[in-house]
Parts: sequence; C-alpha cells; structure tokens
Amino acid sequence: MNAGLVLLVVVALAAIGFVIGRSRAISTAGGDARGLHSLPGYYGQTVFLFTAVPALLVMIGWLLFQPLYIDGQISDMISDTDIAEGSSRSLVMSDVRRVASGLNTALEKGIVSETQIASMTTDNTDVRAMLGSAGIALASAVEQNILTVAKEYRQIKGTLGLLMAGVVILIAAAGFLVSVKRIHPDYRARNVSERAIKALLIVASLVAILTTVGIIFSLVFETVRFFGLYPAKDFFFSLTWNPQFSGGSDLGIFPLLWGTLYVSFVALLFAVPIGLMVAIYLSEYASNRVRSIVKPMVEVLAGIPTIVYGLFALITVGPLLRDYFAQPLGLGTSSSSVLTAGLVMGIMLIPFVSSLSDDVINAVPQSMRDGSYGLGATQSETVKQVILPAALPGVVGAILLAASRAIGETMIVVMGAGAAAKLSLNPFEAMTTITVKIVSQLTGDTEFESPETLVAFALGLSLFVITLGLNVLALYIVRKYREQYE
Amino acid sequence: MFDTQTHKDNAVESKATKIECRDCQVYYGDTHAIKDVNVDIEDKTVTAFIGPSGCGKSTFLRCLNRMNDTIDIARVMGSFKLDGEEIYDKRVDPVQLRAKVGMVFQKPNPFPKSIYDNVAYGPRIHGLARNKADLDEIVEKSLRRGAIWDEVKDRLDAPGTGLSGGQQQRLCIARAVATEPEVLLMDEPCSALDPIATAQVEELIDELRQRYSVVIVTHSMQQAARVSQKTAFFHLGNLVEFGETGQIFTNPEDPRTESYITGRIG
Amino acid sequence: MTDATSSGASPTTKHATSLLAADDRTRRRNAAEARFRGYGVAAIVVAIMALVGLVSSILYNGSSAFFQTFITLEVYLDPAKLDKKGTGDPEEIRKVTTFGYAPLIVASFEKLAEEDGIAVDGLTAKKAAALISKEGAADLRRYVRADVNRVGQTVEFKFLASGRIDGYYKGRVTMESAEIDNNISPEQLQLADQLKEAGLLKTSWNWGFLTMADASENRPEAAGLGVAILGSFYMMIIVLCLTLPIGVAASIYLEEFAPKNRFTDLVEVNISNLAAVPSIVFGILGLSIFINFAGLPQSAPIVGGLVLTLMTLPTIIIATRASLKAVPPSIRDAALGVGASRMQAVFHHVLPLAMPGILTGTIIGLAQALGETAPLMLIGMVAFVREYPSAPPEGFFEPAAALPVQVYNWTQRADPAFVERASGAIIVLLVFLLIMNAVAIILRRRFERRW
Repeated sequence: MNAGLVLLVVVALAAIGFVIGRSRAISTAGGDARGLHSLPGYYGQTVFLFTAVPALLVMIGWLLFQPLYIDGQISDMISDTDIAEGSSRSLVMSDVRRVASGLNTALEKGIVSETQIASMTTDNTDVRAMLGSAGIALASAVEQNILTVAKEYRQIKGTLGLLMAGVVILIAAAGFLVSVKRIHPDYRARNVSERAIKALLIVASLVAILTTVGIIFSLVFETVRFFGLYPAKDFFFSLTWNPQFSGGSDLGIFPLLWGTLYVSFVALLFAVPIGLMVAIYLSEYASNRVRSIVKPMVEVLAGIPTIVYGLFALITVGPLLRDYFAQPLGLGTSSSSVLTAGLVMGIMLIPFVSSLSDDVINAVPQSMRDGSYGLGATQSETVKQVILPAALPGVVGAILLAASRAIGETMIVVMGAGAAAKLSLNPFEAMTTITVKIVSQLTGDTEFESPETLVAFALGLSLFVITLGLNVLALYIVRKYREQYE
Repeated sequence: MFDTQTHKDNAVESKATKIECRDCQVYYGDTHAIKDVNVDIEDKTVTAFIGPSGCGKSTFLRCLNRMNDTIDIARVMGSFKLDGEEIYDKRVDPVQLRAKVGMVFQKPNPFPKSIYDNVAYGPRIHGLARNKADLDEIVEKSLRRGAIWDEVKDRLDAPGTGLSGGQQQRLCIARAVATEPEVLLMDEPCSALDPIATAQVEELIDELRQRYSVVIVTHSMQQAARVSQKTAFFHLGNLVEFGETGQIFTNPEDPRTESYITGRIG
Repeated sequence: MTDATSSGASPTTKHATSLLAADDRTRRRNAAEARFRGYGVAAIVVAIMALVGLVSSILYNGSSAFFQTFITLEVYLDPAKLDKKGTGDPEEIRKVTTFGYAPLIVASFEKLAEEDGIAVDGLTAKKAAALISKEGAADLRRYVRADVNRVGQTVEFKFLASGRIDGYYKGRVTMESAEIDNNISPEQLQLADQLKEAGLLKTSWNWGFLTMADASENRPEAAGLGVAILGSFYMMIIVLCLTLPIGVAASIYLEEFAPKNRFTDLVEVNISNLAAVPSIVFGILGLSIFINFAGLPQSAPIVGGLVLTLMTLPTIIIATRASLKAVPPSIRDAALGVGASRMQAVFHHVLPLAMPGILTGTIIGLAQALGETAPLMLIGMVAFVREYPSAPPEGFFEPAAALPVQVYNWTQRADPAFVERASGAIIVLLVFLLIMNAVAIILRRRFERRW
C-alpha cells in the first residue's frame, strides 16, 4: 500500500469526521445550534484535526526514518566480500535498491509474477536481461548475493509499508473515535480547535528553522566526512586546485577563493558607483516623471533571472571583451574571464545597490538637507558632505549585502568566468570560483564517496559561512543605522 | 498689560532697508499660500513674523533665501530685493544668496559630524578660510557669537548630535553665523526648546542684532515682544499689519490683530 | 554672552558684492554641481543601456529560434522497403527501424533530380538527403506507425531541414564556411537554393520549438522546450501548493500571535538570513536531504519543487507579513469588539483584506523560483531527458527538465545552432516572467487599498 493511498484514506476519514462531528454536535444540542458552546462547524473541525493531524505526523516521521532502518538491516547482510575492488558499500547499496525497484517494475508490467521472484536465482534467470526488458538498465550482470539482498530489501520494504499503513490508519481511526465521543453541548470546541490551529501555525513557522538546520546538518555532516578523507590543513592552505579522477588530487580552496573575491571585487567596482549614483540622482535630482520611468526600468534588471545574465556574458560580453580588449592588448584569448563575469555580475547588482541605497538615502531626514541648503551649499555638496556621511552606515550595509550576493552567485560565473583554477592578477584570464566548482564537482561523474565529490560540501560550507557572516554584519549595521533616525 | 518699557531703547530709529518685498505671491500647487505681501526688512533690526499656524509666515520666510526652490510644487512671484538687487533674478545663484541670507530651522539640525566640522562646513564650501588657522579662528569666533564656545571648547571633536537641544540650536546658529551672512532667518528657533534654553537663545538673538538683520518666525507673542523691534502679523496668507513691535502689541490698527493678540494672551 | 561681542571684528566681506554676477568660486562650484549631475545621468544611462543591451542581445540571437527551415518532399512509402515480407502485417511494419526509412528520403531526392531537374553536379542523392534533418526519418516513421495503411501511398511530407541548412538561411553558415565544414558542402547549399526557388524549401513558424522534447547534440533543429516547460510547470505547481499555505500560516503566527521572546526572535533572524543564503546552498540541501537521505528520485520535479519551495518561502513570508501589517489595527479591534476570538478576527477579517498583497508576493516569489537555475543543476536536472513526464502525481516523480536548466544545457553544446536555441528559450522564460509580473501588477492596482 503506497503512501499516497494512505494519505487519501486519512484525508477521507477526516472529511467524514468533519461532517459527522458537525451533525452530532447539533443532535446532542437537540437540533438547536444555539444550545452549543461553539458554532457547529467547530465541532466538525475538532474531529477533522484530531483524525488527520496525528496520523499524518506519524506517517511523515515513519517515511523519514524507514529508509534509515532498512539501510541498517540490509547493510548488515552485505558482507565485505560482496564489495568489489574500487567499489564501496554505498555503491553496492544503490545496486541493491536499483535491482529491487527493477523487480517491482517488472512485476507491475507483468513480466514476472510474485512466485517467480521468490524462486528467482541468477542461475535460472538472466536478471539483467529481464530487468532490461522492463526498462531498467543495469551496468553489469547481477550477482547472486545482490539478488538475495535485493529480494530481502523488497520484502522488508513491503512489510514496513503495510505496517505503516495499518498504524497510520489505526491512529486516524482512534483520533476520530475519541474526538467524536467528546462532543457534547458544553464541549469548548472553538477553543480546542483554535489551539490546534495555532499549533499548526507554529509548526509552519518552524519550517524556516528546520531549513536552516537541514542546511547546516547536510553541509557539516558531509564536510566532516570529507575531512576524514582529505586533510583539512591542505584544504585551507594548499595553493593548488587540481582534482584527479584516479585520486591523489590537490583540493586547496585558496585559488577558488581568490577567483571568487576577484570576480566579486570587479562586480562591486562596477555596481557600487553606478548603483549609488543612480540612487542619488533618483532621490535628489530627478523629477517625479523621470523617477517614475527610470526606477521601474532599473528594477527590471533585478527581476531578470541570473541564467539570462549568464547567457549574456557567454554570447555577447565575453566575445566583445576578447575581440576588442584582450586580444588587441595581448592580455588573453579566452572569452570567459574575470572581467566578463565581473561586469555582467555588476549589471545584475546595480538595481540591488541602488534600491538599498535609495532606501537609506531617503531615511536621512529632510532637515539635514534644509540645514545644508540654508548655509548656501549646492546639491552636490549637500549630497557629498552631508547626506552620504549621514547615510554611510546604511550604504556600507547595502554594499556588504551586494558583496554577499556576488560571492554566492552561480550561473553568471559558471557561464562567464571559466573553469580553470588560477592565481592570477590578469582580469582577462579565465578563473574559477567556489560556486563553479561546487556545480562541477557535484554534477560530474565521480562517485559520491570520493574526496573529489565531497569537497563540494566543504566548499558549500565555506560559502555559507562567508555569506552568512556578511549578511549578519550588514543587517546589524543597517538596523543600527535605522534606529539612529527613528 | 504689556511691558513695552523694554523696547524703549530700540524704538523708532530709522535704519536702512535690507530686504524690500513687493506684491509677493506664493502658490503651493493650486493653493495660494501668500497673497500680495509688501514688507521692508531693516538692517540691524529684529523683525518678528507672527500669526496663527498655517498663516504662511514660515513660507514667506523661506522665500527670502529661496529655500522654496527645493520644493517642486512651490511657485514664487513678486519682487524681493536684497540691497536693491532682485533675488529671484535669473542671474542670481541661490547658493550665493543663501551665503548672504543664512537660516536657522525650527528643529535643531546639526549634521552628524563633529562640532567643529558643523561650524566649519559653511566656511569650507564657500572658501572663506585661506588655511587651517584661519578656519580655526572662524570656528571659534562663530561659536562665541553663538554663545556656546565656553560649553564646547573642550570637545570640538565630539559629535554635534550629542549636545542638548538648546546647545544644538545655538550650534546651528553659530553654524549659520560662520558664513558671515548679512541677514539671518530664524524659523521658530525656540519651539523645540525648554524655557531655559529659550531664554539663552533669545538673549543671543538680541546680541546678533548688532551685526545682522534678523527675521524670526515665532508662535509665541511674548517672544516677539521680547526680542523684536518690528512685527508683522500674518493671517490666511495675508500680511495684516506691519509696524513697530510696541505699536502692534499695544495699539493694533487692524481688528484681526487685536483679536489674535487678546485671544491668545487672554 | 560677553564673548559674542568682544571677539567681533567687523565681518570680512568675502561674498561677491553683487548677487547678479557670480564670482569665480561660485562658478567653479556650479561647474562641479553640473559635473556631479552629469555623473548621475551617466550612471542611469549606463544602467539603462545595460538593460537594453541585455534584452536586445537575447532578442537578436533568439528570435530566429521560433522559425525553422522546412523542406516539403513527395515521399513514396515503398512497400518493398517497409514491408519486405509483403504480408501487410501491421506489427511487421511497425518493427521497421528509423534506418529503414532513410532510403525513402534518398529515393525522393533521386526522383526530384530525374523529374524536376533539381540537382547539383557531383552531389549524390544520398548526400542530397543530408539536407533533411536526421530527425526526418524518425518523423516519417512515427507518421507511418500512426497509420500503417499509408504504406504504398505517395505523400507530401514536411521535413525539418538540417541544422546547417537552417543556419544557411539564418546567416550562420556561408558558402565559405561550408568549404571547411565536414557536415555541409557548398554543393548542398546550392541544392538548397534550388529547392527554395522551386518553393519546396520554406522558413516558417515553428511550434515544435515549444512542444518538442530536447534532441541530441547533432540535431539542434529538432530540439524543443516541451519537456522543460512541462517540468517547470510541475515544479511551479508544487511550489505554489506548498509555499502559499506554509508561508501564510507562518506569517500569521509571527505577525498576529507570536509573543516577543527569544524563540520568535530566532525565527525572525532565521527568515531574514535564509532570504540571503546563496541559491546553490539550497541545491546542496536538496541533494543531501531529499535525494541521498530521503531517497527521492534524481531530476524529478518533486525534488526541484521542494528545493524551490524552501528557497521562496522567506520571500513569501516577508511579503505576507508586510501585507498583514498593512491592515490597520482598527479592523482587528472592531472584530474583537463584537466578541470574535483572535483567530476569528484574523481569519474572517485580516486575512481576506491582506489577500491581494499576499497573492502579489506569491506570484513574484514564483517568478523568482521559475528563473532559478543553480540548485536544480545539483539535483540532477542537467540530465538529458527526452521522455515527457506523465500526468501528476506520478509525473512529479519522473525525470524532467526545467526551463532555465535547459538553457544552460544548450549553451554547453558545441553546435552554434544551440546558441540560438538557448536565446530562444530565454525569450520564452522572459515571456512567462513578464506575464507573471504583469498579473502581479494588475492585482496590486486592482485591489490595492490605502488605509
């Protein structure tokens, strides 16, 4: 019995519960709803909530922990001899899962029957061919041990699935009965259901925390495994990045960090003056008409997905810079370069800097401007010597936020900066960044348990820590700044 | 009911006209905020603008150094002459004008800089000091004229925003004085201050009369009576009455002036 | 007070004596002012030029992707080739592979040369058949398999021209480049010109770009966005169904019920930080939690949808809270005043009033999610998927592509025709975003209320 069906049953039961609860409430009050403590609908709601919520919570928990439990059981059945040279336990495990799901597919398609599966061995069946005809391609022939384990896996999974369905429906039914039984005219159904709904609201707001926990958990867990395979000292201090398929890679973060910071620096060098001047012009000089036209146009830049910027870098800006600057100046021949990625990322950041700065500049009280104009200052003097110094903390916060954006940006650098990890000062040379390498290490063909793949998690953790630090700092500065004028 | 004695030494001694305003009109969008105002503001005199809220006295004050230019929807018409020169002439740069006609605002608005930099701001942008020593001298002189030197001379590097309200306002006056203006406009300079600070600022205004032509907008009729020699009474955008302060308060010609004064003072 | 008078040297009159003539310093200051204004205008011009450059580059490169060169040929569906045993058994005919159809196309070029004289010296019919896309034979096969009675007829069939021929009419391929190109020869181009004169070769609107599945490296002309659009659509459904209830519930709690304590502070800080976490980190989260830990399938819309949900949630919570906050407290007071519980006040009065704002925020959040690429790459959506996913809910668990990731995939291929495809796909993406944002703006204009 699959989870979807169980879900359907539980929801149906709860819906029936709502109707029954409602009518039962009315009948206990002798057909006059005014005799009830709460509106009849609330009695229905309590039944609905008590039926559905506990059962579904149990189901979610079950589904989360079932794979862990099964893996534990199965893992013991795989002896070390089953693990071939150059393979690993988790690879064998994924073979097992694949064979098991293949058997299920074959069963659904009517290629084999349940009894045939039970008596199936590698001697009497070409499992690979059979699964192939069911549309499941396997890399190599299936060994007897794997088949046995896979059959066992199917069995445990099937049993647990049934067990779960039974338990969940039982809980739903129990909730149903208990809550229906509790209905009588003095039952404070509204208060009960409101408390339950409030609990659901709290659970919803916990999703944000769970996400953070999930991020930290997944990053830290795999990073620890990475440092088990590769020395942390080399990761942080090695000056070379040179992953090898055959092992013995150099996985130093430094060249990637350099590329990241260089690209971000170029981007900020471009975006900050322009974004700031746009904000200043729009808030201090522009008439309402100009403002109402230009501001949305600049903000359109913020709504464009980064893949579009990436393509722009790849097909327009990169070749342009190469043909008109890098090659004539003899500085490089690559169309992907730090400057390409930096410039395009700069364009992306202009609206980000300008709208944040706009907020900050508008928060400077008008009395400051009056004071300055009253002394005979020109507008530019007022901006440069009064408004900007007053808005400085806010502007710095905005720049930090923009920097954190730049450091975490992926698509533009994947398509514009290149893939070679280099320590160079030449902006026309292709360099690579942390995000580029996270993508390439996790989308490549290397196996998951190798340091070459796991390094992506260490890179991800570094990225997360850097951007989080910048954000916290920026938000703190901006908040302090706002308090100053409130 | 009025102690006009305090004004006896200020009274009736004809002085040169500093600003001459003729047929002045101000529109805020469609609102006619100032209607046909004619006023002569004299040199080395404190002129007070009084009247109920929203009567246009602050608006008119802001016309005198073209502060209304910074408001998009405001339109000013008529003739304003400073020393015989039309200040709304196309050739006049408001920046130069405002160096001659300084302004102090209702709420103390020191810049978020040090006390020194606050005062030095005007001289710096107008290039009044040849060197650092010059600037130091101007700052000290201005702070003395602002009657705040003794209180801040030991902490010129402290932020101006850290002073008390009264000190801040005197700092703002010192800041305005530092550009060597000829006219000083004050828009309710004491409305945000407590009585003691108000007394200090009023005393300062009296001192400033020695050098500058001072125009002060005020809510408080006692204040107008205490510090000014000339008083203009505004009502609904009209200048109702303009004359010697003593005259206005003791013997107003217009019934509206009288009812305002008596109604308030009761 | 005595200081004020004692220190008073007479005012140094450094101002210009007349207001009517600007002094040197004022002129210099005004020049600086004009320069500063100029910088501002320049900055705006640069920003707008960047926008114009971006959009026009995409339009310039991509608009031709919606048009494709087709060659219409008369094809004799030769029973000798398709039904070799002559039994007429539909099963047998269906078994003929794509390779079995290629000779039919060659035969129609032979016929064209004999009957209409459309041929170029030195170009064999086999070479001539290379004008047709490699997908052509497969299309023909599909056409025959749909109705095996067509065998033996002569039909007019509209073939996709090969990518190089298409490129010839879009300016990518020239006679000179054909000289050094293994995939095309100048003779073939001449033949194409003859076909064009005969009215058999036409460039026309190509719906296939929006409906077809992706195609392999060497047949860009057949590559379409069908699977990607469907995959993105599935993910948007999932995101909408999850973020809206969770986001609204969380916002209601935080805005209306949450006491001010360390726990709610923690949640608040969390949300504002999550909004700034790089999107790729969410991809890592999806990979290790949803795929490796929970065992969900790779490149499935369900995983993509979940990852994008977690990413958009902060945006939607922030927007929802803003619109809840915009409902004035007097509304709540009025409801509480007639004896409603706080829950009733919120659900009966505050929430309906805040709904337009919430919907606007949700649409904008969805638009963001639609364009997100990096996290989807990590959960396997870069894979080459040719099969359309089936209808939901099963389809949620089957491999699919996503619009922005499809763009990335195409840019990684060697044939320059894919650049056109990628830009075209971007146009499709931008049109979707434009529609979504327009709906959001209309919603806001229509229902916005000022209190």
